[in-house]
Amino acid sequence: MSELQIVDLHVNVNDREILKGVNLTVRQGEVHALMGPNGTGKSTLAYTLMGHPNYEVTQGEVWFKGQNILELEADQRAHLGLFLAFQYPVAIPGVSVANFLRAAINARRKIENPEDKGIPIPEFRKQLKKVMDSLRMDHTFASRYLNDGFSGGEKKRAEVLQMAMLRPEIAIMDETDSGLDIDALRIVAEGVNTLRGPDLGVLVITHYQRILNYIKPDFVHIMLDGRIVESGGADLALHLEEHGYDWLKNKAEVMVR
Amino acid sequence: MATPVIVTKKRREAEVDLNRFPFTENDLPGLGRQENLPEFLREYRLRGWNLFQTIPMPSTNDEAWRRTDLRGLRASELTLRAEVPKRGLRPPRNLLKPLVGKRHGGQIILVPTQNPTIAVNEEWRQQGIVFTDFRTAQVQHPDFLANSIGQIVRPEEGKFAALATAFAEDGVIVYIPRGVRLKEPLHSVVWSPGIRLARFTRLLVWVDDDAELTLVHEVASPNQSEGQSFHAGIVEIHVGKGAHLTFVEMQSWGNDVWNFTHERARVERDGTLDWIFGSVGSQLTKTFMEIDLVGEGATGKMSGFYFTNGNQHLDHDTQQNHFAPHTTSDLLFKGALQDRSRSVWQGMIYVAPGAQKTDGYQANRNLTLSPQARADSIPGLEIMADDVRCTHGATVGKIDEEQLFYLLSRGIPRNEAIRLIVEGFFEPIMERVPYGGVRQRFRTAIKQKIG
Ligand SMILES: Nc1ncnc2c1ncn2[C@@H]1O[C@H](COP(=O)(O)OP(=O)(O)OP(=O)(O)O)[C@@H](O)[C@H]1O
Ligand SMILES: [Mg+2]
Repeated sequence: MSELQIVDLHVNVNDREILKGVNLTVRQGEVHALMGPNGTGKSTLAYTLMGHPNYEVTQGEVWFKGQNILELEADQRAHLGLFLAFQYPVAIPGVSVANFLRAAINARRKIENPEDKGIPIPEFRKQLKKVMDSLRMDHTFASRYLNDGFSGGEKKRAEVLQMAMLRPEIAIMDETDSGLDIDALRIVAEGVNTLRGPDLGVLVITHYQRILNYIKPDFVHIMLDGRIVESGGADLALHLEEHGYDWLKNKAEVMVR
Repeated sequence: MATPVIVTKKRREAEVDLNRFPFTENDLPGLGRQENLPEFLREYRLRGWNLFQTIPMPSTNDEAWRRTDLRGLRASELTLRAEVPKRGLRPPRNLLKPLVGKRHGGQIILVPTQNPTIAVNEEWRQQGIVFTDFRTAQVQHPDFLANSIGQIVRPEEGKFAALATAFAEDGVIVYIPRGVRLKEPLHSVVWSPGIRLARFTRLLVWVDDDAELTLVHEVASPNQSEGQSFHAGIVEIHVGKGAHLTFVEMQSWGNDVWNFTHERARVERDGTLDWIFGSVGSQLTKTFMEIDLVGEGATGKMSGFYFTNGNQHLDHDTQQNHFAPHTTSDLLFKGALQDRSRSVWQGMIYVAPGAQKTDGYQANRNLTLSPQARADSIPGLEIMADDVRCTHGATVGKIDEEQLFYLLSRGIPRNEAIRLIVEGFFEPIMERVPYGGVRQRFRTAIKQKIG
């Protein structure tokens, strides 16, 4: 059983401190929700965990499978089993969804076994079709260029498609629910739920209680101004829905002092 | 105080000497007393030779050569006959494999000092198809040559056109008679091993009215670490009325080659030309490529792929000339650059007075993969008619860090991620190339260049 352990994480972006000491542990098998107002650093945390070069860690550690992963490149973190569903997935024109996914799967196979010849194409196609069916994605998506001209909702679905194909151990889902219509939200949530199990830990970053009705969190955390200021069970999200963030602001100020 | 001035002057003289070709009139091929070169060829070669002597070496003061400096060319060390070790004589296997379709209709392999290898379907010969090397054509088809050679690219066009006119003995001559539609592609390979060798070639492709042809032409040589070698070539193409030519041209000279070509295709009424061009080799290349749309309804399409690395310098100078109304041209050149390499693309669409209802398009896109690489992209329009549609675009960009991070985050290692992005960048060219073999060759080049 592995866990992602974030210890006193401080992160600067363009020399401005955005994360000011984050502590959080996500174990395989658990679902955590991370909520908080715009601009408090949720995506910063997600990018930092995945190893984006623009995010400068000034203090703290992130432990996963016995390593401080802050020393690893993004691809190495992925090989360890980390996955980020992006809030804003980028388009890669000219690279088809299928080719890209096959490259990602093969890269991982090669790490496990340097002799590996890559996933046989029929097996790959079968898997891909199955996952696309479960997410109600048209099969033509496989040959479309990655995120190129995808609608907002299609991009989010494609993120979950990748997650389902790559089978991570810890997945960070940054506002995967934003931009989804009600049906799509349910389909995507079902997709995540089928992946749920003792081998998957999830950190769901969201603004809305709604997705948490489908993906029931074990823990809910609230981030304000670069810190987690409150943690609780699923009912914390309900409380937020009703009362907003104001009641927490005093608490955050107290913490600063 | 005077000393530095003298030093500078000496260096300049040394440079000029180094830049001077060591050839003399006695070296001109086929002009000896014993040889029975057809008279028109004798005159043609001598004309080339005389022009070569009067035209100065191009310098960066000449507009077309502003970005391509020839002062590093050690012309004085070149030789017309280089020793080639025996095992270097055979072209590598992958050059001989069909790039288009499963098999060739015919194949010519040209290697210095060797007799040409020519394989062509006997039936086709009887239909009047010519697919042979230049020397053989001099004997077997002198009348055809007399009426066609030098009509499309003239020796006056430049120093190297003149030089190739004078010296090219090697070459490929293709003639497809009126109405003959060849379904199987022809394949010609110029393989050119030889240290400090100066090689001269010509390609003449004449597709008569309503005829159809696919020709794959490859020029290549091994990477040689010693000295510089040299190639000057002329490519002349005639696409007759209602005729169709697909011309696939692959340049993979070794990294010691300084390569200069003048290439022009003339397309007659309702003729179509699909010109696919891949350029990955040579130390330095300067290529003039032109399409002359001379008849109403003529169409010319050009798709160019280039990839440079090390300190390669590739300069492609393209011209789309609309000389008649209702003509269409469509050019897309895409290039990627590694290390300290450089590329230049200079393109021009010219629409002649009266060439109304023409549609001209040109675009050049570059991807620099290293901060030291540099791509110059210079589009141009010169439009003398008023009812036309001409558009162009030119861009130079680098790998997008967000794209790279996205791929890395999925576990794709950096090199592989870059390769995917580069392949994606070239995809619009691949989509224009209907041949799996050619696409595969481009992909292999991408893989090798990225390393
Ligand atoms: N690459 C960047 N360049 C400049 N500023 C950045 C960058 N990334 C984050 N920031 C800044 O850091 C702060 C936190 O941003 P972040 O995206 O982490 O917020 P968030 O909690 O995800 O907000 P939202 O809910 O709106 O997605 C913001 O003020 C943002 O402008
Ligand atoms: Mg965010």
